[in-house]
Amino acid sequence: MIEVHELTKRYGRTTAVNGLTFTVRPGHVTGFLGPNGAGKSTTLRMILGLNAPTSGTVTVGGQVFRDRPRGLRQVGALLDAHDVHGGRSAAAHLSALAHSNRIPAARVARVLEEVGLTAAARRRIGGFSLGMKQRLGIATALLGDPPVLLFDEPLNGLDPEGVLWVRGLFQRLAAEGRTVFVSSHLMSEMENTADHLVVIGRGELIADESLAAFSARGNRLSVTVRTPDAERLAPLLTAEGAAVRHEDERTLSVTGLPADRIGELAFQHRVLLQELATQAASLERAFMELTADRAEFLAGDPR
Amino acid sequence: MTLTAVPAAATEPSARFRDLLHSEWIKLWSLRSIRWAFLLGGLAIIGINASAAMADYNNWPHYSPAMQADPWMWGLRDSFTNEGGMVLMLVAGSMGAITLVGEYGTGLIRTTFGAVPDRRSVVLAKTAVVTVVFTGFGLAVVIASYLAGNSILAGRHADASLSSPGAVRVLAASVLLSPLAALAGLGLGAIIRHSATTMVTTAFVLLLLPNLFTERRWWSAAVNHAMLYSAWRRLVDSNPQYPAVLHRASVGGSWTVFAVWSLLAVVVAVVLVDRRDV
Repeated sequence: MIEVHELTKRYGRTTAVNGLTFTVRPGHVTGFLGPNGAGKSTTLRMILGLNAPTSGTVTVGGQVFRDRPRGLRQVGALLDAHDVHGGRSAAAHLSALAHSNRIPAARVARVLEEVGLTAAARRRIGGFSLGMKQRLGIATALLGDPPVLLFDEPLNGLDPEGVLWVRGLFQRLAAEGRTVFVSSHLMSEMENTADHLVVIGRGELIADESLAAFSARGNRLSVTVRTPDAERLAPLLTAEGAAVRHEDERTLSVTGLPADRIGELAFQHRVLLQELATQAASLERAFMELTADRAEFLAGDPR
Repeated sequence: MTLTAVPAAATEPSARFRDLLHSEWIKLWSLRSIRWAFLLGGLAIIGINASAAMADYNNWPHYSPAMQADPWMWGLRDSFTNEGGMVLMLVAGSMGAITLVGEYGTGLIRTTFGAVPDRRSVVLAKTAVVTVVFTGFGLAVVIASYLAGNSILAGRHADASLSSPGAVRVLAASVLLSPLAALAGLGLGAIIRHSATTMVTTAFVLLLLPNLFTERRWWSAAVNHAMLYSAWRRLVDSNPQYPAVLHRASVGGSWTVFAVWSLLAVVVAVVLVDRRDV
């Protein structure tokens, strides 16, 4: 459990994080979304006690992280895969960290095996690809078998197989009852990874809700429908409250209705679909739309 | 499945300082560059000192009988020359700095403090390991230089035994110069946190700064005497004919300078690293 309360961080006249309040609960993969420069990394660093908040508090498991003598058994973190010394081997890097926290040496070999770096254990980290460094960072986070895990942009540099593996790992960690908090600036990455979202922009909270609820803010996502029967389908969709735009005579661009509901309607009315694709709106686009109707959003938010 | 599911960190063993010492020890020795720097730096220092003894061996017939009669000059000062001391300070100072700024420069410092939020203990463990390792380095270099220089000068009967007056002081001050320079570098690294700038500043503060302050005026002499290199020079020097126009540091004062530098370096490193964001 991570509890962030009225967290603010200023650097001189720049406000990186402004009055942020949210809670990350165990048993879920929580996505932490925001465009570049939204304050995600600063927030993660404050959770880990690397940066001191200007005001506000953040606790992990009910305690300020910096007040703990040792951290690896409490929080496992991958903030930046480059936060290693290139001159050391992966095994030496993990071994030094394990010793500092009284973690048995056998655990090093186990986490290296878990992330698939056993064969590279004796190689210098400086020669690792970004994907390998991400795996080493994940191994570091897992080292202390902690109940809370933080990952800042963990999918960067991973190949498709690696992305699948990481998603499976996060879901497994959450299923084991751990708190998993994963940042990203890409909505598409989160759609298949997280089940809860915390969205921030310019250091302020924009949304804190389940992925389903976020997706239901339908007007943000558009669905492309290709059908020979566009003339018949369009009014059916409009009747359900969707906005329909004709891209060409066979292609519709639908907003305000999720893909599964469109498929259902088409099925019920025996309309043949040749393509039904959700256009993964970039977070930037969703974010811009979110800030555009910000006043409306804030009206329902007692912040 | 290689993970064990323990969602609530149940059994946390108590935190021990020696675990941090062990961790810092691994960090230091797992870098190939550090091992090479110790080897090459050590050989360079021993070589510089031995070549001074070799030069005196060759020039011996040209020295006056009065000069030849001063065993301090030959057996001890050739064991640890000013040039040897300067190179030792440069090597130890920059390596001591690297142990800390290397972590800032690579970003490893964030991983380190994520693992051990108690930063003061991390820095104390680092300074402890640096002190022990560089004292060992100083000891090895000084003993090797002493043995090499004296075996060369024995051919002129100009060798000095450890029982000769002041011998222990010369050797002890030279051994301690190594950890002191390393701690000074580490302390400057804590202030600057940038690798290249720290290297240049360390070399400047340790080696150049003392030369900017003469011993002719008392205030300038006071600054000069407060420098690590000057204090070491005073401790390894026995010249009874010190120029009268110059202010001269006392031996006790120079030992005090040693103590103050080491203490200051550790305090600065602990306080600054603890307070600043990383």
